[in-house]
Amino acid sequence: MDYRICSLTGFKIHKTAEDLVKWNMVTAILFLTLGGFMGLLMALTRWPSVHYLDATHYYRFLTLHGFNALLLWILFFEIGLVYFTSAILLNTRVVAPFVGWIAYALMLVGAMFVNIVVFAGKADVLFTSYVPLKANGVYYLGIIIFAVGALTAFGHFFANIIQAKRDGAYKNTLPLGTFGLAAASIIGVFTLAHGAVIMIPVFFWSIDLIKYIDPGTYRLIFWALGHASQQINVCAMVAMWYMSAAFVLGANPVNEKLSRTAFVLYILFINIASEHHLLVDPIFSTWHKVVNTGYMMHLAVLASMIHAFAIPASMEVALRKKGYTKGLFDWLKNAPWGNPAFSATFLSIIGFGFLGGITGVIFGTEQFNIIRHNTFAITGHFHATVVSGTTVAFMGGTYLLIPYIFRREIILPRLAAFQPYLYAIGVAVMLIGMIAAGSYGVPRRHWDITFSSAIFPFSFDPSTDIFLSIMGVGGLLAVLGGVIFIIVSLGSIMFGRRTE
Amino acid sequence: MAEEKKTEEGQEPVPAWQLFYDNIFLLLFLGIAIPTLVYTVWGLMEIVQIPELPVFKP
Amino acid sequence: MAIKEPERIWWKPYTRDERLWVAMALLWMMVSFVFMPVYHFIGAQNPPNETYRVGDKEKFRALVDGMVNKYKVGEEKGFPIVKPEPGSDVFVQASMWQWYPILELQQGKTYRIHLSSMDITHGFSIQPINMNFTVLPGYDYVVTLTPTTAGDYYIICNEYCGLGHHLMVGKMIVKQGGN
Repeated sequence: MDYRICSLTGFKIHKTAEDLVKWNMVTAILFLTLGGFMGLLMALTRWPSVHYLDATHYYRFLTLHGFNALLLWILFFEIGLVYFTSAILLNTRVVAPFVGWIAYALMLVGAMFVNIVVFAGKADVLFTSYVPLKANGVYYLGIIIFAVGALTAFGHFFANIIQAKRDGAYKNTLPLGTFGLAAASIIGVFTLAHGAVIMIPVFFWSIDLIKYIDPGTYRLIFWALGHASQQINVCAMVAMWYMSAAFVLGANPVNEKLSRTAFVLYILFINIASEHHLLVDPIFSTWHKVVNTGYMMHLAVLASMIHAFAIPASMEVALRKKGYTKGLFDWLKNAPWGNPAFSATFLSIIGFGFLGGITGVIFGTEQFNIIRHNTFAITGHFHATVVSGTTVAFMGGTYLLIPYIFRREIILPRLAAFQPYLYAIGVAVMLIGMIAAGSYGVPRRHWDITFSSAIFPFSFDPSTDIFLSIMGVGGLLAVLGGVIFIIVSLGSIMFGRRTE
Repeated sequence: MAEEKKTEEGQEPVPAWQLFYDNIFLLLFLGIAIPTLVYTVWGLMEIVQIPELPVFKP
Repeated sequence: MAIKEPERIWWKPYTRDERLWVAMALLWMMVSFVFMPVYHFIGAQNPPNETYRVGDKEKFRALVDGMVNKYKVGEEKGFPIVKPEPGSDVFVQASMWQWYPILELQQGKTYRIHLSSMDITHGFSIQPINMNFTVLPGYDYVVTLTPTTAGDYYIICNEYCGLGHHLMVGKMIVKQGGN
């Protein structure tokens, strides 16, 4: 068995675990580069005075933007965290390392299939690919292969923690960070199993072996993949918050029971939030909608409220222990704002909680949903959760893990310190523009909201122009922040000074 | 790791809720069963029960 | 620490501020909880839940055509303008890339508007008041609505439906009371 002791953290690091984390993380960053570039094109097209792409390329690149930025960047990074928490945090090994590599290879092959077939113009169906809109079979095949790979990796997590217990790496209770990834993996199994259940028949339908796929059933099951996969992000992101607070500040969770209860609420109740996409659909009864979005879903919201309390509280306690005890906010003033691993975590908590969580709870109400469904406001909401929440948290995670895993120092430290602020502020400006425009009815996923060549003339309130321009400016700032992130992270991984 | 060595095995009993939280595989089961029943199965049942379009008087 | 195994027994009572915070969050949750179903009884605007299965799309098309033949009062840009009786069943069909026909409704009267798609998924989005519903092929979604303000409304499609998505605009006219 090949181990080393990390000179910075004292963890005993298994070579294979380290390699799996490295490969998954670098792949994630590469897909973020592609997805982010597509995002730039999106912002430039929805910005009315620029309106850069033509319709065909807008929808094609929108498909790619969703797939790369939402699925590939985030899931590859999460699989990296799977190995980090199930082996490295437990000072133990990865069981059956080849499983990890098979999972990685499957995910990569599936990702390439989808990217190639969409680039080739054979699958302009957007991320949701609502049946009976049909793509080339390779598209669905790619998604199935990717999902099987990701499912294998989440299964690997459970194998690792069983073996870790047998090896005595932990006695009874997983560390909180690992527990968070356990929640993510449980949700991952639910999500990807649903993905397989619906995408396999759709694949056969696309090659004409099955005649008919019911569009209502597709939407029901697809959203158990599409929305629930975002709940994997939520769990992994919150786990990342706890871990960053622990690594950077030495923070202890104020109450293990409280924080774990929040994760258990996620595990049990967050997945039914998929119903949010079906609130103004035909088919489902009011009770199905109310129970799935209202009653149980709010228990998951309660969980987020708990984390929103527990994490800043743990930071406060840790900083007060360091001697910043003057007044109410001395600790906050003296927090390590120049450390991008910390600032990204903090910004992510604010972005996810205030922008993403609140808009989510509002738009997820049945009656409100009538006036927000499929408008640009929804796009604003999930950019708040997924970009200003998850992506920013994972950027912080990257800064945190580069010294531990890649054993390199961060290059251009001043630029790195500045990057999370630039990115988070850019994204916030962008999504506030989106939400404002959406509240006037501007639809999402729409190439020409001036309807200049439509048969009936309709134009939105002129103020939407301003909101969409705000979105464009925010988008450019975010892209600039994203470029800096990619330069700093990949640059550090390749050229950073070795730490040991 | 250093702190837990202080406690000897088998002192006071571990609370049942803690045992539940530590049982990842029970959580795995529940975490799949609950949404599958409440969201997926219930949803499919409703899809199956949708009535046919009635006859409208022209 | 979040990166180490906690002590043997970590199931401990909550402190006072933890209890306070959770209680406040729960209270907020309860208000949200209760309001969603309660609004179905006290509110004026709720998502409709009347749905039928449309076995054969031609059956729905026939209903649309029957209504157009019976109630047609004019034409605009090649689209018939239909003025159905208040309280009646009104049929609107979505297809790539049009809403058919144009409806003329009376302010303050209630209509049962049936929505169905002939091809793929569309989004029925009434502008500028911004109300949105999903239109699926194979299903009939019955939206019972009472227009409260007279004027011209436009129906845009807000679910991606191919390259002509941005061309898909329909019209609905609401006339002031009287006859």
